[in-house]
Amino acid sequence: MTVARFWRKIPQRYNLIGTKCETCGRHFFPPRTFCPDCRRTGKIVDHKFSGKGTVVTYTVIQTAPDQFISPGPYVLAIIRLDEGPQMTTQIICDPKEAKIGMRVKSTFRKIATDGESGIIHYGTKFVPVE
Amino acid sequence: MRDVAVIGVGCTKFGEHWERSFRDLFVEAGALALEDAQLSGEKIDAMYVGNMSAGRFIEQEHIGALIADYAGMATRHIPSTRVEAACASGGLAFRQAVIAVASGMEDIVVAAGVEKMTDVEPGETTDALTGAADREWEGFVGATFPGLYAMIATDYMHKYHMTREQLAQVAVKNHFNGARNPIAQYQQEITLDTVMKSTMVAEPLRLFDCSPITDGAAAVIVAPLDRAREFTDTPIKVLATAQASDTIALHDRRDISTLDATVAAGQWAFKMAKLTHKDIDMVEVHDCFSIAEICAIEDLGFCKKGTAGKFTADGETALGGKIPVNTSGGLKACGHPVGATGIKQVFEIVQQLRGDAGRRQVDGAKIGMTHNVGGTGATVAVHILGRV
Repeated sequence: MTVARFWRKIPQRYNLIGTKCETCGRHFFPPRTFCPDCRRTGKIVDHKFSGKGTVVTYTVIQTAPDQFISPGPYVLAIIRLDEGPQMTTQIICDPKEAKIGMRVKSTFRKIATDGESGIIHYGTKFVPVE
Repeated sequence: MRDVAVIGVGCTKFGEHWERSFRDLFVEAGALALEDAQLSGEKIDAMYVGNMSAGRFIEQEHIGALIADYAGMATRHIPSTRVEAACASGGLAFRQAVIAVASGMEDIVVAAGVEKMTDVEPGETTDALTGAADREWEGFVGATFPGLYAMIATDYMHKYHMTREQLAQVAVKNHFNGARNPIAQYQQEITLDTVMKSTMVAEPLRLFDCSPITDGAAAVIVAPLDRAREFTDTPIKVLATAQASDTIALHDRRDISTLDATVAAGQWAFKMAKLTHKDIDMVEVHDCFSIAEICAIEDLGFCKKGTAGKFTADGETALGGKIPVNTSGGLKACGHPVGATGIKQVFEIVQQLRGDAGRRQVDGAKIGMTHNVGGTGATVAVHILGRV
């Protein structure tokens, strides 16, 4: 893959910049450039998310695909951001501590690498809030 | 629209075909279907082929033309179209063939499905399959396919208190059926212990909750119902074809453990056929993981939401139960060559309706259903087939 494929997603992946529809107020993360509710009457603008959320569901992946930094086991979860939308992410915690309803906050982390000499993909993971 | 019937079916054995190529597989399935319909290739008007990822699995695109060519159609120049919707590619290819005949545009149409998955390393196969989900916002962060279905299972078990043992009974039942199906990849029965002690893949799913990596091809031939008896004494009528879509990513769904596309496609199919779930004698559902079968039989209306674990453990989905599910062995035991699965489901239901299903025959089978899912439920195809 070319660097551009990852570079163009830096604001979203590093800083949780999603979007919001100013017509209906709905927030989108991952970002959307078209509001499914308002359609052509929607007005989409960037929105920085607070990075706070709650675990909706999770699993513990035992063996990671080769490119991922964490060899596994690691916690994969769907979380609901406080602004409303849901996203898939890794939770950095002891797999035994993961549970539905757990409060989490975002943190900047390495996600994967394209082999030993390839580019490193950074992004957002989440950690439990004490 | 014209009524449509299936007049011939064929399927390779499913499994790890190290000695055979992509081309070998679909040529065999096509030849078996033609032989079954006692049809010569010159009568075929068009072809639709379901294939998910030949580009990743064998570095070959342009599958429609390739298949027509190796099926001996190149000099006849018939239209041949590849259909892709991840694991629902086969179901959609069948639907396209049915629509082509129903519309009056074509008469004799082949719907095929093929996947050759063992020509790349297992890690690459797994990565290619992740393309059925949202690569940028699921795959990128470390989601694997078992991981996504595991999150459905966690959500489901939290809401409805299904036990791990009840979930395992899906695999035990499907292996029992697979042991009675000569084309199945795994023809061994297993016990509850086999599932419960197998390697953990993504909690709570273990190895025996997961469908395998499989090579295989299947083909069926459809024709106008009023011409079907030219080719066969046992035409099988297509009573309904339905297809629905949903968000590509699991995290955007209304409810994590309900496949709304299954609910929609199921309701549309029942409406089109003017039938209810009580009229269905057996159903082939998309059990890529054990939890997927649990969700499917609820979302299609065969039991109430939250009760499929008990329903399964009570034997209601087994041969002889209220609604036999996956008599072929399902994706779990029969195998899951992704693009071929939707066609294999039709192959199984046609065998049941003709009374040709041997030791897994459902007595007096008159009406059957197929349910084929792409990704975690972003595409669903449902078909209802009946004896005439």
